[in-house]
Amino acid sequence: MVPLWMYLAVAAALFSIGVFGVLARRNAVAILMSVELMLNAVNINLVAFWRYSETGTDLLLNGYAFTAFVLIVAAAEAAVGLAIIITVYRNRRSVIPEEAATLKG
Amino acid sequence: MELNAISIGFVVFSIFTLGGGFGVVTTRNLFQGTIWLMVSLFGVAGYFILLSAPFLAAVQILVYIGAIAILIIFAVMLTRSVARIKERYIRILPSFIASLALFLILLLGVTIPIFGAHSPESIPEYVASTRNLGTALVDENGFVVPFLLASVLLTAAMIGAIFIARDENA
Repeated sequence: MVPLWMYLAVAAALFSIGVFGVLARRNAVAILMSVELMLNAVNINLVAFWRYSETGTDLLLNGYAFTAFVLIVAAAEAAVGLAIIITVYRNRRSVIPEEAATLKG
Repeated sequence: MELNAISIGFVVFSIFTLGGGFGVVTTRNLFQGTIWLMVSLFGVAGYFILLSAPFLAAVQILVYIGAIAILIIFAVMLTRSVARIKERYIRILPSFIASLALFLILLLGVTIPIFGAHSPESIPEYVASTRNLGTALVDENGFVVPFLLASVLLTAAMIGAIFIARDENA
């Protein structure tokens, strides 16, 4: 097995790539894809800490189950987010978040 | 780090994960970006195998690569306005500096303190299996309430997505 810090380093790198995509990309679909990258980095961390934690005699399930719930919430987030993007595109003919500024004061 | 199958797998899946992520944020063509996203998600599924969570790896392949990536491809096809977007990025330099700073902070704050701790020899020999997870999800002392709440959330998200994306003129 490889030590725990290697998983954390890769997850940190993946999370930072996702943050760069969210901040810098102009297309809303690309921003949503970067958010998925960040969620996956978090999942790597959760599973790695779950695997490497000292359990004693009984089996721990918290990290395992928590990762499954993160997957469920990510699926719901992707469905609703893409529906919003498609509706904004239909109304404004644009997928650039800066151009959907009707609510801006 | 000795050279064995797990180490080689870790390196290969790291290349998949980080290379795919890099492709997602750099490609001009969003369809190719979705393919890169699939590569990255496949690498994460490989990590789950290495961390002895095969159920999560299967769910990762089915839900992420099978469903979410296809959904993103549909969104890319339905919002074809690539010709109007002249440049891929805005504020690229501040974003790059911010993400690099975040990476260094994560490395210094989270990874360095546990460097050396949790050596590969000290990890538990037995871990919970998929059977244990399935039992805990319907156990009243386990995760039955979040399990039911997740089903409500998925139903709400499905109805909400259909309602939001519906064309009122059609």
